[in-house]
Amino acid sequence: MALLRGFPSREVLVRPRQTFADAAVFVAVAVLLWGVLRLSQGATIPFNEATAPSRVSTDLSSLPYYAARSLLRMFVALFFSTLFTFVYATAAARLRRLEKVLLPTLDILQSVPILGFLSVTITLWIALFPGSELGLECASIFAIFTSQAWNMTFAFYNSLVSQPRDLDEAARLLRLSRWQRFWRVDVPSGVIPLVWNGMMSFGGGWFFLAASEAISVNNHRFALPGIGSFVAAATEESQLGKVGIAMAVMVVMVIAVNYLFWRPLAAFAERFRVEESEGTASSRSSVLAVLRRSRLPGLLGRALGWLVFPLDRIMAVFGLAEYPLRGSATRRRVGDIAFATLILALVVWGVYAALSYVHRTVGLGEFGHAALLGLFTFGRVVILLVVATLIWVPIGAWIGLSPKVSRLTQPVVQVLSSFPANFLFPLVAAGLIATGISLNWGGILLMALGAQWYILFNVIAGASTIPNDLKEAAENLRLPFLLRWRRLILPGIFSSYITGGMTAAGGAWNASIVSEVVNYGATTLTATGLGAYITVATAHGDYPRILVGVSVMCLYVVGVNRLFWRRLLNVAQQRFAY
Amino acid sequence: MTDRLTATRSATSDVLVEVSGVTKSFTGVAGDELRVLGGIDLTLRSGEIVALLGRSGSGKSTLLRTIAGLIAPTTGTVRYRGRELTGANPGVAMVFQTFALMPWLTVQDNVELGLAARGVPPTERAERALQAIDLIGLDGFESAYPKELSGGMRQRVGFARAIVLQPDLLLMDEPFSALDVLTAENLRNELMELWNGQQFPTRSVCIVTHNIEEAVLLADRVVVLGANPGHIRAEVSVTLDRPRDRHSPAFEALVDDLYGLLTGRDTAIPEVAPAAATPTTKPLPVASVGGLAGLVEIVHSHGDRVDLPDIAAELNFEIDDLLPLVDAATMLNFLNVHDADLEVTATGVDFTTADIQESKKIFAEQVRESAPLVRTIWRALNSSGNGALRVGFFLDLLRRSFSADDAQQQLDTAIDWGRYAELFDFDADSGQLTLDPSAVDRRPTSVSAS
Repeated sequence: MALLRGFPSREVLVRPRQTFADAAVFVAVAVLLWGVLRLSQGATIPFNEATAPSRVSTDLSSLPYYAARSLLRMFVALFFSTLFTFVYATAAARLRRLEKVLLPTLDILQSVPILGFLSVTITLWIALFPGSELGLECASIFAIFTSQAWNMTFAFYNSLVSQPRDLDEAARLLRLSRWQRFWRVDVPSGVIPLVWNGMMSFGGGWFFLAASEAISVNNHRFALPGIGSFVAAATEESQLGKVGIAMAVMVVMVIAVNYLFWRPLAAFAERFRVEESEGTASSRSSVLAVLRRSRLPGLLGRALGWLVFPLDRIMAVFGLAEYPLRGSATRRRVGDIAFATLILALVVWGVYAALSYVHRTVGLGEFGHAALLGLFTFGRVVILLVVATLIWVPIGAWIGLSPKVSRLTQPVVQVLSSFPANFLFPLVAAGLIATGISLNWGGILLMALGAQWYILFNVIAGASTIPNDLKEAAENLRLPFLLRWRRLILPGIFSSYITGGMTAAGGAWNASIVSEVVNYGATTLTATGLGAYITVATAHGDYPRILVGVSVMCLYVVGVNRLFWRRLLNVAQQRFAY
Repeated sequence: MTDRLTATRSATSDVLVEVSGVTKSFTGVAGDELRVLGGIDLTLRSGEIVALLGRSGSGKSTLLRTIAGLIAPTTGTVRYRGRELTGANPGVAMVFQTFALMPWLTVQDNVELGLAARGVPPTERAERALQAIDLIGLDGFESAYPKELSGGMRQRVGFARAIVLQPDLLLMDEPFSALDVLTAENLRNELMELWNGQQFPTRSVCIVTHNIEEAVLLADRVVVLGANPGHIRAEVSVTLDRPRDRHSPAFEALVDDLYGLLTGRDTAIPEVAPAAATPTTKPLPVASVGGLAGLVEIVHSHGDRVDLPDIAAELNFEIDDLLPLVDAATMLNFLNVHDADLEVTATGVDFTTADIQESKKIFAEQVRESAPLVRTIWRALNSSGNGALRVGFFLDLLRRSFSADDAQQQLDTAIDWGRYAELFDFDADSGQLTLDPSAVDRRPTSVSAS
């Protein structure tokens, strides 16, 4: 054996396909490293708030660089979202007292309009990194982060608390350390929901990337080099052709990231499936196949394999993944009460501080004004939902019911789900200006550009999971068209439609912040509504109004979710589940 | 086999685990205490195999998990080698009914996991894991993932993962019940060969089972548990020589005895007259109408009398499948149990030979008289003004004495029986129980008149 090892060419001859895979993987890794290094240099260039560029150049030759910078931002945000997910979800799942605080907090964070976060935090980020573009960079990454992190955290938390009981018991009896338990049980069992949610959130993140790269804050306009600011600049110059080219680049990027990153990752995650059921056919990936055929996994495995044992030993200081069986009940109660009091005090103080701040500055009456404006936006959301439902439910059901149509439309649907709708805003804005239609009505269309798809996707998904034997039974009973819809299709898609509607409504509220104030060329269109209120307040650095606007929008979203969507979801689970 | 894996069982039987006065209660939804275990004393010594035998609801799994230190007893103590447990028991390893393997780890990595947790260096870890894999008959499967393996092979991984730690006590939670009959038999025999050949690297074994034959095949001592709350009804020593022959008269006699113990009246629970029984003192067995009718029919076709172990073997039923049906049929007075024999009553013969409408009538009469929960619901509906009541009303009442799941199960069974008997109906949308129109003319007044 030792002698044979001297001839590396032997393996090459025996497995000729491996060299191709190796070469491909090697080149890809080299290009990736070079790219990341090049791009990250750009992020730390000196920057002065007063002289900072308020727009980027619309030179087409810089578009690839801009696109790459945007992509890097997306991945940095994904990295931090994953980190946040691991820490937050684990804390919520494992610490009994913290769970009571962390979960409701997450629920509220999820309902805060994402661009509201941006308005509130951007000055903080700029102050954190004086004299460097890194602050702006961070603000943009933070906006993307807020669009990804909550979903992923919920998914991972759910997988932690729904871990099979016997796996938990086995881990405790085997006396795994906390560190070992996290990496060998918790993360593997949560990988599938994490990857799928990451993929969805990543797709949604493009919207906020585009919205956060060029933004007006505190009477200043900022622009980061990126594809979103390129579109903004091209819009200002009324160059629809360049907007079109940027859109094409965007489509290419969405497809490439899907093909090179998410598909291989989803296919890889299949090995962590706990149930016996076979993975879906869509989770095959040719990129992963090439990677697997190369020498990279073996090399990585060996390199990291050496680290596992020493790391295990070091991290054993965090103790066993075990909790004491007995504890003093009184001590526990006292601890609970102390903790609850502390949290309550913090909340009361926070609410008081916020209210008195508003009272001192713009007056509490501002809440009423914002709530009234909220009614306008609410009306837009309702109209949007009704119209989108009438259009997309029949189409979605038609696509989902026919496997052939599903197969044909799937790639289109995938691109649509990730394509940032705000890239289309310039086109619509140009149309609105040309026709003279008020943004009060046109805003609905702008909001719908992003939000309506959730209804379509979910209806397609719901229709395609209607069991085949039910469809055959309906066929066999010769159900006439109307009866077939009433008794089979509508009940079949009800649960997924509700999920879609809830997501679409949330998306529409979010989109209202960018849809109720639109620029095209020298013209600025403004609609009456809560979204415009927040945007205008942000642009003028009017903090009390930002606070009022964002909290009122939060109340609307949470209120409607609680009073309307959650109830329908319950009905769906009880009555319309297979 | 190297001597590292062959721990010799000491001749002196030192006490490994001592369970004394253990009770376990859970707090119900309504805040009431629900007792699962009531006052258990049990000692596990080295060198013996102990089987915990009981029907579902007897708390045998709960008992096993208190011994493992996975859950804390409400009162009482569990000691391992004299020290009271404060967390997972350091001297035990467990084999799970559902295997509980990490699906993302290979067979070898799964077996090594417990060693990694104990800080054993990688080379020694691999060596010891391979020995255990070899001992348990898994050679050649080291690099396979659990999902590539059949159930039997997976459970072998479960065994290898447990014994590689050389625990003092091996706990098994119905380890063969997820396997098919032949695979289970094969694995059981191989384990017994290892145990008899003194190759088993543990000092003692405690196995939870609801399979009577399995208990007699494996155990030196069978601890029979009763339900509501779980308590020890009997301890039976098995002194038969190993390997044991299922068809020897002594074996069969022991199996019959244990059947008698499990189906017979529990002397620890005072008997109540059928008419005085309430839904809580006499819960409904979880049995479907179809199942219990099928059982009566089969016994009738066997000449109105059969041996319980025989019928269990013939139907390939474990006692958890069979006994609820037997209980239901005896509750409704269709069958009688004598020792380990089932006998069809006159009502039972009528029930099974009548046409469907007539047999429904007989069934209705029986459940109205002998099934306490059905009777309670029916009377409440009759005395309510419009013959309708919300189901939540009964659920709340049941939750005082049952866990949320059990309460729901009681109610589901009662609704199933009541619907079949055409006594009352249930509308899942409105959550309303309503008197069946056809039952209105059979109200209590007219019943007493007839």
